[in-house]
Amino acid sequence: MAKIIAGIGTSHTPAIGAALDNGKTAEPYWTPLFKGYEPAKKWMAETAPDVAIVVYNDHVNAFDFKIIPTFALGCGAEFPIADEGWGARPVPVVKGYPELAAHMVQSLVLDEFDMTIVNEMQVDHGLTVPMSLLYGQPKAWPVRVIPLAVNVIQYPAPTGHRCYMLGKAIKKAVESWDENLRVVIFGTGGMSHQIQGPRAGLINTPFDKAFLDDLTRDPERLSRIPPIEYLRDAGAEAIELVMWLIMRGALGENARELYRFYHVPASSTGVGHIILETA
Amino acid sequence: MTPLERKGLIANMSKQPEEYEDIPGTWVFDAERARQGYHLNAFLYSLMSAQNRADFLADERTYLQKFPMTDAQREAVMSRAWNTLLQLGGVSYALAKLAFTDKKSYQYMASQMVGVAESDYVKMMLAGGRSPDGWRSKSERKV
Repeated sequence: MAKIIAGIGTSHTPAIGAALDNGKTAEPYWTPLFKGYEPAKKWMAETAPDVAIVVYNDHVNAFDFKIIPTFALGCGAEFPIADEGWGARPVPVVKGYPELAAHMVQSLVLDEFDMTIVNEMQVDHGLTVPMSLLYGQPKAWPVRVIPLAVNVIQYPAPTGHRCYMLGKAIKKAVESWDENLRVVIFGTGGMSHQIQGPRAGLINTPFDKAFLDDLTRDPERLSRIPPIEYLRDAGAEAIELVMWLIMRGALGENARELYRFYHVPASSTGVGHIILETA
Repeated sequence: MTPLERKGLIANMSKQPEEYEDIPGTWVFDAERARQGYHLNAFLYSLMSAQNRADFLADERTYLQKFPMTDAQREAVMSRAWNTLLQLGGVSYALAKLAFTDKKSYQYMASQMVGVAESDYVKMMLAGGRSPDGWRSKSERKV
């Protein structure tokens, strides 16, 4: 049986990818951040999961505004890296797991989550920056990836509660796959940030820390945070945190915190990272 | 009121203001803005190709004619009027492609929206960012 063994929450700020790709990790601006991810990289190398489900959002790269799927599951064999406007990141092509993804789609749709099936798409920094943070800069990614793209660009994003319930359905889907696989799930984006308008630069550290705390203490509370609260209190782009709730929902009732890191700023973002182990 | 409106066959086209309209300094990219900004965002999306970026920079005015957007949107693109672009339906992630085409960063674009020099914006972020206090609602902002 396939099993979800851990969940990883992490910001996916594009500037982090640019710092890595341009050899700036030793600059004073960036050293605290990359140092904070060192224990996570070590954990990932030791854990070596077979599959990573990466919940992220596309930033007007794979999807323009012709089609805006709320939940899109990547079912292809591979996913090329998008040129987001400054050339594609020099990272390996992402290899999928079409058989498991196809099974997940069937299970999720019958569980009343109407997924959009995507057989071909490019992936952007939303997916590749978390991969770089946890795996470093390998020639090929040592894991097969099932991307789950969530619309958080055009309001409204799916609610936190809907995301949490989707996570629970993902757990059921994975555990009904008859192959011994160790699976991790990433929830990416956030934490507090706003990158538009005169209010850009907003950071709410108490909000972020309470969110990290309640991933283990009270995920139900997090699932009930209304959209307006993310927008108003933690910045227009903090709504991305609903994607962490898909990850949390997929871990089951009890999850244990293994590691956490929080740092302000990366560009305009309050960067949060957590590793949660399932019971 | 027309007979059709009386029978409820024509929906009332005006709606209550959304709660998020009360957040100062913020234009939430909702369905209405997405509708207004559709062709503007299509132009921005086209900047994902190096050839298109070069063509645009070589002759912005001509390039913009390829997209059926409004003249106000075209003018705002050419003058890099970032907040106007947000108000006219541009979404920040697509606008970033215009900043990247100019070899600028998200951080630069954000500083221009805030109306400060990029170095001052970076300083604010290094000091912990903008506190939400005083920025939660338009009435709180005025105080």
